[in-house]
Amino acid sequence: MSLLLQQLVNGLFIGSVYGLFAVGYTLVFGVLDILNMAHATVFTLGGLVALWLVEGSGMSIWAAFPLAVLFSGLLGLVLDRVAFAPLRQRSDTYFSGLISSIAMAIIFESAALGLFGAHTVRFPPNTIKTDIWRIEGVTITSLQVEIVLVALILMGALSLFLHRTRTGKAIRAVAESERTARLLGIHVDGIIASTFFVSSALGGAAGILFGLYFDALSPDMGRSIELKGLAVIVLGGMGSIPGAILGGLTFGLSEVLTVAVTGKSNLRDAVAFTVLFAVLLLRPEGLLGRRRAREV
Amino acid sequence: MAFLMHFFAVYGNLVNFIGINALMALGLYVTLSAGQLSLGNAAFAGIGGYTAGILTMQFHAPYILSITSGAMLSGIVAVLIGLPVLRLRGVFLAMATLSFGEVVRIAAVNLTITGGAQGLVGIPNKTTTGLIFTVLALTGYFMAKLRQSRIGWSFESIREDEAAAASLGVNTTFYKTVAFTIGAIISGLAGGMYAHLNFIISPGEFGFSAAVQLLIYNIVGGTRIWYGPLLGATLLTALPEVLRGIGVTAGPIRMCVNGIILLLVILFLPNGLISLLSRSSSIAGPRP
Repeated sequence: MSLLLQQLVNGLFIGSVYGLFAVGYTLVFGVLDILNMAHATVFTLGGLVALWLVEGSGMSIWAAFPLAVLFSGLLGLVLDRVAFAPLRQRSDTYFSGLISSIAMAIIFESAALGLFGAHTVRFPPNTIKTDIWRIEGVTITSLQVEIVLVALILMGALSLFLHRTRTGKAIRAVAESERTARLLGIHVDGIIASTFFVSSALGGAAGILFGLYFDALSPDMGRSIELKGLAVIVLGGMGSIPGAILGGLTFGLSEVLTVAVTGKSNLRDAVAFTVLFAVLLLRPEGLLGRRRAREV
Repeated sequence: MAFLMHFFAVYGNLVNFIGINALMALGLYVTLSAGQLSLGNAAFAGIGGYTAGILTMQFHAPYILSITSGAMLSGIVAVLIGLPVLRLRGVFLAMATLSFGEVVRIAAVNLTITGGAQGLVGIPNKTTTGLIFTVLALTGYFMAKLRQSRIGWSFESIREDEAAAASLGVNTTFYKTVAFTIGAIISGLAGGMYAHLNFIISPGEFGFSAAVQLLIYNIVGGTRIWYGPLLGATLLTALPEVLRGIGVTAGPIRMCVNGIILLLVILFLPNGLISLLSRSSSIAGPRP
């Protein structure tokens, strides 16, 4: 029983990182209807830059974290300017945007490879002081708690930002209808750029937390989470922020439970993609998404 | 002649892989020509490759029987998957085919008959250069014929505007499934030939990256006409050798060049590099 409980707890921890990753992913989709395939490489670069700051300059992780998040946000602006803005007026923008974001993903990953090398790297020991607690036979580390707290705070901040601030409301207006937003006098291009900034900053933050949690970072670490992130945002409903959070947690839980029940870690991903496949066929709007007339 | 012999001794393998990659790219091209974005074609190549490899190794089937069975099985799976999946559009279809591809890859990792994560090792080398390019030429001829047929026009109309095509009486579900299935058969055939060329196949070769690579061949070459993907596959397969020739050996730089080429093409040449070569209006027309 305590083993199962332990798995559930672990699932929640990793699920919160998936959620954080997916929230940024789904935000861009919600606003632009474009899948940003470079999101996972921003995740990787965010983690690697944080490591570089901690290792290179001896900075505390609490100082490196916001700097690396800021850097990731700037990468988002680059993405928007180079890969998405030039294609915005094209009629096949969802398709060409997908392709140009794949191109940016390749370029970013090659940059990560060139700058940080192909090997797996880890944060120096004692980057974060870790206490270990045992409650009812379940082991929880302070690192895990900190990761969940940071993820929850960032997701909460995003939701406040979207609902309470002018920019956030403008982002939601653009997501609803770009044309109407333009008529209302909203500076749409600026709003899209800030969407990319926020989305990529969250992606980078997820990368740092992921690197701390698994104590391993590599230039291709984005590849596995990229597909999981897709599964999460489809499960939660494309463009839905609460859906992405819920989807992330569900996904984290389903992963650990699959391993716990079948005893095969290889099957973990199989369940995930079978679920993704089934959701797409049976309920393409996801758990919390809205049904739309146009699914392009 | 001596020059040719020498060239082939050095680059024979590269030439073979150009042919195989071009064939796989053509498989995806058929699906794209009906406006359907599939990220599952690498998995169809995997189904073809594993089927052919297992038939040859375990059942000592003749080569031709092995590779055609692989292609047929890919086609059958494509019909079964295509009927439910092709109701989805755009990004959603891409994701559904992607998750299908991942399920196939994970199945290959977990099954015993496929050799698990290590893959099938020791598949006899039976695919010849002559055969690769014969099949490629026949497929190209088929594409050219297909384009002028009723089926080809239906693909084109679905690609331009699915709703309009349906309202004009085109059975869109049927033709989309046909496009998906022909693509899968070609990919499966290419997969079987690849298995008998490479000695070893493993699940990772047919995953998401491979599917994206096939898409890149198509985009870089151009998806308006069937020889676009051939150009894309040829250029990008040869590119590492060319870069090596001019002294670039670092992996990250080669990867970066790949990405930059793709970016420049999608930004400035939406109909691919082929649109530079041909001024024909049927190729250079605006994308839908």
